[in-house]
Amino acid sequence: MSIDLRTVAITPLRNTFDHIASRFGDKPASRYQEGSYRLQAENNFHYRPTWAPHYEIFDKHRSALVMDDWYSFKDPRQFYYGTYTLNRARMQETAEGAFSFVEQRGLADTFDPEAKALALEILLPLRHVAWGSNTNNAFISAYGYGTTFTQPCLYQAMDQLGIAQYLTRLGLLVGGVGSVAVARVAWMDDPKWQGVRRLVEDMFVVEDPFELFVAQNFAFDGLLYPLVYRNFDAAIIAKGGPTISMLLRFQEDWFTETSKWVDAFMTTASTESSQNSKLVAGWVTDWVARSADALEAVADAALDQGAAALAPIRDALSERAAKCGAGQ
Amino acid sequence: MSNVFIAFQRNEETRDIVDAIVEDNPAAHVDLQPAMVKIDAPGHLVIKRQSIEDRMGRTFDLQELQVHLITLSGHLDENDDEFSLSWAN
Repeated sequence: MSIDLRTVAITPLRNTFDHIASRFGDKPASRYQEGSYRLQAENNFHYRPTWAPHYEIFDKHRSALVMDDWYSFKDPRQFYYGTYTLNRARMQETAEGAFSFVEQRGLADTFDPEAKALALEILLPLRHVAWGSNTNNAFISAYGYGTTFTQPCLYQAMDQLGIAQYLTRLGLLVGGVGSVAVARVAWMDDPKWQGVRRLVEDMFVVEDPFELFVAQNFAFDGLLYPLVYRNFDAAIIAKGGPTISMLLRFQEDWFTETSKWVDAFMTTASTESSQNSKLVAGWVTDWVARSADALEAVADAALDQGAAALAPIRDALSERAAKCGAGQ
Repeated sequence: MSNVFIAFQRNEETRDIVDAIVEDNPAAHVDLQPAMVKIDAPGHLVIKRQSIEDRMGRTFDLQELQVHLITLSGHLDENDDEFSLSWAN
């Protein structure tokens, strides 16, 4: 008896879900597409929210930004739950490695006391700033429209919570348990933090999800992260060596990565129409100016060259805005 | 002109790789077989890191191709940005 081996090609009847196929055509879809597109609840809301009866529960008009298709926002990192958690788990492993390295070798104890005091003074109150961003991004995610827009904002919110935790752990490791309480008092009462605190609180009451996105993720973070995690980080290395810098690894990597995403969204919004471009450019101008004002006192305390360090950072941010089509 | 070809396993990752190859090599012919995809191109075929990264949304090391690679033919020239096959030599 002979056995005949042959290959039978079985073509699948359908390649993906109907709602994905209606957008991209009937071909194999990526997990990002399947986990993101057309998931926004659109229909069958019987009642408007009692706290805001002029809106639907999910309403495109909460933002002044007019998009023909809110799903035209696309996360260049293509994060859905699976890839996001895998990626962050890797970053966390690296950061944990740095923390245990510093802890095991007692590097924090031998760190230059003056540089240590300055690092704690500037870095620790930022845990409250990160928590502010957590709240703001959770707001964008809750009140924004379209899953490809809201999904990465929720990831951003969780990242900021992580950053707040890393800053807290830095405080506990380098400055001891009391340092966190000291930082809280500084956040509440120290004059140099009041501008930033006011700005964070002002952002809490912005009701337009995309304006808040521009304010928090582009304007404020766009100034804060280069200022603190590049300039200030370099200044602390010069004063006392790289120990603190190792504990800031996550923030530095994270900012580089998320900037690409923020720029992609800014570009999508601005290139949609000239009205959008003007609107976004107006938000950028407004919030960059306010953020720069707020950060001046912090830059003064953090760096030898003081607030002058903000000018090149601001220029770089304007350049980013221009590249996104939201320049002046 | 003789063809060069490269064949990959068919999976989530190679879908992006094949899409990138098709865009960068308009003359390429894609042959979808069960569990395998074979790409023929007359004379020359180039795989660009940047095109793959744009599709995958992450950094990609061209050596990751080896994980999915079944076979190839042609003289291979490889650097950090491009992986090209040709009969040039």
